Amino acid sequence: MKSFTYERATSVEAATKAAAAHDAARFIAGGTNLLDLMKLEIETPTHLIDVNTLGLDTIEATSEGGLRIGALVRNSDLAADERVRRDYGLLSRALLAGASGQLRNKATTAGNLLQRTRCPYFYDTNQPCNKRQPGSGCSAIDGFSRQLGIVGISSSCIATHPSDMAIAMRVLDAVVETVGSDGAKRSIPIADFHRLPGDTPHIETELKKGEIITAVVLPKPIGGKQIYRKVRDRASYAFALISVGAVIQPDGTGRVAVGGVAHKPWRLDAADEDLPSGAGRVTRRLLLDAQPTEHNAYKVKLVERTLGAVLAEAKG
Amino acid sequence: MASAATVAASGVASKARAQQAEVPAGAKIGIPAGETSSVSFKVNGQDQTLSVDNRTTLLDALREHLHLTGTKKGCDHGQCGACTVMVDGRRINSCLSLAIMHEGDEVVTIEGLGEPGKLHPMQAAFVKHDGYQCGYCTPGQICSSVAVLEEIKAGMPSHVTGDLTAKVAFSLEEIRERMSGNLCRCGAYSNIVDAIADVAGRPA
Repeated sequence: MKSFTYERATSVEAATKAAAAHDAARFIAGGTNLLDLMKLEIETPTHLIDVNTLGLDTIEATSEGGLRIGALVRNSDLAADERVRRDYGLLSRALLAGASGQLRNKATTAGNLLQRTRCPYFYDTNQPCNKRQPGSGCSAIDGFSRQLGIVGISSSCIATHPSDMAIAMRVLDAVVETVGSDGAKRSIPIADFHRLPGDTPHIETELKKGEIITAVVLPKPIGGKQIYRKVRDRASYAFALISVGAVIQPDGTGRVAVGGVAHKPWRLDAADEDLPSGAGRVTRRLLLDAQPTEHNAYKVKLVERTLGAVLAEAKG
Repeated sequence: MASAATVAASGVASKARAQQAEVPAGAKIGIPAGETSSVSFKVNGQDQTLSVDNRTTLLDALREHLHLTGTKKGCDHGQCGACTVMVDGRRINSCLSLAIMHEGDEVVTIEGLGEPGKLHPMQAAFVKHDGYQCGYCTPGQICSSVAVLEEIKAGMPSHVTGDLTAKVAFSLEEIRERMSGNLCRCGAYSNIVDAIADVAGRPA
């Protein structure tokens, strides 16, 4: 691990200013992803700003009937919150499908959105990777790509976003609230928060230098059957090969997002509209532009079958 | 046997402590000023103040600075659970947490749960049910097990909880899911589940 200076943030304003003032500063909250990457020298911040001192750890009702989830609410607390379990079951299910009990106790709501890909070539510092070292090339495209993306990919990067929580947030139309280093507040719809790789896969979100997430807001509950189905190599404690998050209403309409296939939670309006027509049609819509490799072509069929199982469960 | 080993280990520890006192932390290996910090927290009920390189994980602070070597380093990347300790009553991977981020926290390690002659019920159950082979993952397994039973008691749901709105009930399936962050290369899993079920007051 490279050495770094450290400060405990005293306010959101001070934190954003400090982050903007340093060339290579990082906020640290749970640290479960950042410290792992720092040990491997994939992340090499010269200054860490500990934001655990900022509060931002409560879940409050909004005047619109939704919930405002503080950026520092731990994944285990969010999953266990009574209102989330009752009204946003999809979110609890997605959180509980991710990581381990120990990690969920540290990992935060904002940090979960900002976690980096688990692409094996991003982790292997002996291999080129455009995300780790812009311009060096992508080892994954002609490499071992079984776990990697099939849609929204580019010739620079086929990494996937590893979060389960983000899939639920996308289905629930969450909004990410931020404060910039100039003090300006922004509300970024989750649909726009994560970027596709294009030719700048190292830029993963819309956040600007020094900008900090303060909360994630859920709109009022939409009811329906809320199901998160994750398919992975082990029964527990493994990243998704693919996952399906859905809210299905009694009349068969609803919303669906897919994880493990793209650089962001993958959801399309046209696919949502096709939900009453069944899994085959929805999958064809969702993965219309898919360009799978030889190793991950299985994901197309796996999405269709998993969605089929989700729709059957919603009916039953 | 166990007590002889303890005496030997504590002898080494006090020698190491004496050496450490003569050299200011960091000076020996040339860490630039501003890249070490002071932190105070409680470990197993005792106040501790350390001056450490900012990079020191909680795990390394416990093992290398406080000589509490019960907590083990397995993968050092949050994948195996051997380093599990309790901080403010919650289990975490001490390898994925910086020591300097624990100002004012209360840490409990395997040494704080119990000791020879005064075992924690979970330690006694692991012995009774042979819940280990080589023993390397055991301190993490035991810290995690104690926390798992508390999490179920507090009504925290898991991936295998059937109804999110109902009261969470103890089951072997719940134990297996909740312990998935603790790996055992010897494969003592079935006896580990038996030990936890025993402490929970349920037949395995």
